[in-house]
Amino acid sequence: MEKRRVVITGMGIYSCLGKNLDEVRDSLYTGKSGIIFDPARKEMGFRSGLTAFIEVPDLKGQLSRNQRVYMPEQAKYAYVATAEALRNARLDQDYLNTHEVGLLYGNDSTADAVVKSVDTMREKKDTTLVGSGAIFQSMNSTVTMNLSCIFKLRGINLTVSGACASGSHAIGLGALLIRNGLQDCVICGGAQEVNPFSIGSFDGISAFSIRESEPTKASRPFDRDRDGLIPSGGAATVIIESYESAVRRDAPILGEVLGYGFSSNGDHISVPNVDGPSRSLKMCIQESGIDIREIGYINAHATSTPVGDRNEAKAIYNVFGDNCPEVTSTKSQTGHEMWMAGASEVIYSMLMMKNEFIAANINFENPDEDSAKLNIPNKRIEKKFDTFLSNSFGFGGTNSTLIIRNL
Amino acid sequence: MTREELVAKTNEILAEEFEVEIEDIKPDGDIKKTLELDSLSIVDMVALIEETFGVKILGTEVSKIKTFDALYDFILEKVNA
Repeated sequence: MEKRRVVITGMGIYSCLGKNLDEVRDSLYTGKSGIIFDPARKEMGFRSGLTAFIEVPDLKGQLSRNQRVYMPEQAKYAYVATAEALRNARLDQDYLNTHEVGLLYGNDSTADAVVKSVDTMREKKDTTLVGSGAIFQSMNSTVTMNLSCIFKLRGINLTVSGACASGSHAIGLGALLIRNGLQDCVICGGAQEVNPFSIGSFDGISAFSIRESEPTKASRPFDRDRDGLIPSGGAATVIIESYESAVRRDAPILGEVLGYGFSSNGDHISVPNVDGPSRSLKMCIQESGIDIREIGYINAHATSTPVGDRNEAKAIYNVFGDNCPEVTSTKSQTGHEMWMAGASEVIYSMLMMKNEFIAANINFENPDEDSAKLNIPNKRIEKKFDTFLSNSFGFGGTNSTLIIRNL
Repeated sequence: MTREELVAKTNEILAEEFEVEIEDIKPDGDIKKTLELDSLSIVDMVALIEETFGVKILGTEVSKIKTFDALYDFILEKVNA
């Protein structure tokens, strides 16, 4: 059977750079940082009080009480992002009611809901008082269970948990389902909660930057003086569809998912290596069937940690050598959006591609030995490009790479 | 607590939690229909009553309480017991 083409027909986002695509595009263009210092975290015993700032949307008036009560914050972010993506893809409720539209969303924690439930049980010793929403908020699949019921979806319905590569894997897996004829349209994405409980232990292992005196300069991927990542979050939705389905319903066709590559490091639980990411990159390029010189931009995973950025720079240089286009990490502006990042960074790259610029890798002031071999702009570049590659790597050594072309 | 005070307090907390107008809560009104309760959200009503008045409503009891009047009577009996 001939494999089908997979195209992007809709996008939506709710992030620390903006509450919709237009706001986020402007933030990327101007190099705005979404990072703040939160004194409350210090009072809780955090090593770092740095975090992205994001407001939890008030959905009263849009969703009923009986719908909202099952939604933790990341499901609310995902709802806003998905509603925007559906509007842009011209997918209305009638279409969703009568077609098998699927849902694959990246999410790998829902700590706040779990902590609150356990606190109530410990204090009150009465499970009824935990409330009816808690079980649905406390499961890792909370985003997909909520969205599938709200939008009455009828296709595949599950959560992808692949640590900080979750959102990217969700898009890649959705593309495989469409390519092989099992689904015509899948709502993909990634969501990430933004609260102290969800990342307390992450802070505890000294993974976060402590450049608290300069919050907007703390996330500095590839820079020689980087000292850790900044936790961030929100949600990003990318609607993918078979080319035939998109043409049949006269949908806007924004881009094409050319390839999905993946690998596992088979190594340390938190320390990344060079071999695993290199294999993911090579697989994606091979699957895409393109010459690497066609790739006009690389959106790196680079989170601003000393080892991770160094090894990714090595992997990119190993694969691309002197044919390497501009490389940036949008995490310099957003911090690390973790479970969401793989999906949001596809959207950031799409916004740049559609608007013919490459956002600055802000705070990249001095390269180290490995990043010096790459072309990393620290100022915005006006550039037309038609194909980009996006990397996402996660704890446990899970790697995902996507290549997307402009249409 | 007088019945009048209890009715006012009960209506206030239910209207706020289930997002209905307080005037829509009638003594002989059907609780489930008025508050749009399903098998899950009825648990939240039970929890709310328990938290507010310290009155526990068992599953076997809640299915017999159909109207707001019946709910007020149930709570009042337990509060004054």
